[in-house]
Amino acid sequence: MDSKGAVANALGVSLLGFEPTEVSPRLFAMAMNTQDSLREYIRLFVRIPLITSIGPLAKMFDFVASAAPGVKEILAVGKLCWEVREKNYDIVIVDAEASGHIVAQIEAPRTLTNIVQVGLIRDQTKWMQEILHDSSRTGVVVVTTPEEMPVVETIELLDTLSAKSSVAVAAVVANRVSGDIFTDRDLPLFAALQAFAGSQQCTAQQQALLTAPLSAVEIAVDRRTHAVTHLALLAQRLRSPSIPLVVLPDVAVNQHNPRQLNEQLAAALSEELS
Amino acid sequence: MTQQLDSSQLLSMLDSSKLLVVCGSGGVGKTTMSAALGALAATHLHKKVLVLTVDPARRLADALGLQAIGNAVVQVDAKAFKEAGVVPQGQLFAAMIDTKASWDDLIHRHAPTPAIAQRVLANALYTNLTERFVHSHDYIAMERLYDVYQSNAYDLVVVDTPPSRNALDVLDAPKRMRDFFDSRLLQLLTTPAQSRVVSLMSKPFFQVADRILGARFLTSITEFFTLFRTMEKGFVERANKVESVLRNTDTKFAVVTTLEVAPAFEAEYLLTELQSRSFLLGALIANRVLPLALANQTSAALANDRSLVGPETLQAAAAAAGLPAPSTQQCERVLATLWKASQDVVAASAVEQSRLDKLSHSCSKSGANVLTAQYVSGEITDMKGIVALGESLSGR
Repeated sequence: MDSKGAVANALGVSLLGFEPTEVSPRLFAMAMNTQDSLREYIRLFVRIPLITSIGPLAKMFDFVASAAPGVKEILAVGKLCWEVREKNYDIVIVDAEASGHIVAQIEAPRTLTNIVQVGLIRDQTKWMQEILHDSSRTGVVVVTTPEEMPVVETIELLDTLSAKSSVAVAAVVANRVSGDIFTDRDLPLFAALQAFAGSQQCTAQQQALLTAPLSAVEIAVDRRTHAVTHLALLAQRLRSPSIPLVVLPDVAVNQHNPRQLNEQLAAALSEELS
Repeated sequence: MTQQLDSSQLLSMLDSSKLLVVCGSGGVGKTTMSAALGALAATHLHKKVLVLTVDPARRLADALGLQAIGNAVVQVDAKAFKEAGVVPQGQLFAAMIDTKASWDDLIHRHAPTPAIAQRVLANALYTNLTERFVHSHDYIAMERLYDVYQSNAYDLVVVDTPPSRNALDVLDAPKRMRDFFDSRLLQLLTTPAQSRVVSLMSKPFFQVADRILGARFLTSITEFFTLFRTMEKGFVERANKVESVLRNTDTKFAVVTTLEVAPAFEAEYLLTELQSRSFLLGALIANRVLPLALANQTSAALANDRSLVGPETLQAAAAAAGLPAPSTQQCERVLATLWKASQDVVAASAVEQSRLDKLSHSCSKSGANVLTAQYVSGEITDMKGIVALGESLSGR
């Protein structure tokens, strides 16, 4: 659903379009474009290809796709469900809208069912809902980081999904979780060294060596301590009903290249799931 | 290298602005930064400042005194500033945006008669459009912004834009509303049925639309849009005014980001798009940045003779702290971890600085202030933290 090319950047390709691109063997990527989606819809279902090439009418349909509220959501979700229904791919992964919008997006077919009583689109929302509401075929994966705001938002999103949506949550992924810097056994020794470095027992030369590295590592330890607290809160929420939590390491620490970062993350994910 | 922070430049930018639109991707601390910029302006400038936010985290809302849902504006208690150790020269106000209530207000305002307003409010489509669909939030955010701007009740309004995957959707919302009323579609939908038949151009459209949506829905949507169209004048005028406010010289944009790969990528996109649309960029703010000075000092310290600190140093430290005597092996492990972890921090800082350089370059022509806020432990959940964040930005 990304219009700014973040997925293309991560996959190391130039901008993606509506037509899927094979970015690596058996991996295809596309960027959602509701105007193209509408054209495809009309071509596939209304079977009047000519209509989309008539200037003023094409403009009118472009307007429907980009401006009329709700059309964007149904066109996007409809396109995804179509790819699933036609079995064009073994799995369709969607980089979805921001968390505040996701329920409106995935429940767009149900919303339309409530407001459109007859017609082609109503019939189609039925099979879209069958796909979306079947937990063996569709699942939401909520991705978060081990910080207060993202964890609070994740918990709120899980509550909203459970209250307002029939789409199952497949997993929660906690990304960029840095590991323990020191073991529980070694941590008191690190604290003792911090105190020592500030004391008169410590020589000036030792201080020159220790002060900055200790402060730098204190930041890393502090981040880890907070991450543990927030992850514990998240894990508690995921206990009932039980939702798998996948924890991924912070591979971005020294990684500058988006594609390599993506590959490292994929390897970490593969290891975590094996 | 990145531009050095200059506090007077930031205050001068805030002083010359009447509206500051804060953009950025989710999770970068945009709401907290909006509050911090508001607090900074209220502290140092004789101004009435309003921070307008969409959906703040509960603890941040509490910090600002926003306890209830609704559009009400609350003043941040001067005591909160006192507790934060500053005496504000101005006043700080905060408000949330309640989308549904704001839409209802708009309908009441633009409907030609109270009866039409009631019919619109009671329409099932209206509820669906305003509550369930994504872009209604964007439009309302711009509407509220215009409301408070033109009321002249505040000298500076800081707007925390809604969390949108594409932050620019918010800025495009007034244009979309205007296009909507200008559109042929709306004209067609609101043309009486008998006239439609004679229109050669509209016939194929209605055939297709009937088939997809069903005649009944088309009738019901037609009714709704016919009612909605009675408010065209008001909505279009407002959309034009909102757009012109966004382009005023006293309206500035600030992009907030962290220096991680994904937020930095989105910030780069935002900077480019804002400038290509000729919006005035006031500041680029990198949040939660590893302290550069500390990274440099760490790098320099690591060049020292590390044998100056050995197992015996840790054993002395343990004794001073009253810990049991650690083994030589444990001491070596702790020291190896210390050196490795500090090198990691230096490397991470270098990556951050290189991303900041790239972002600074992207907005170098705009003259925007490039600011950083250093990493602070934990989340900011009170006025003390908000004030401190603003002050750290201004370099005070």
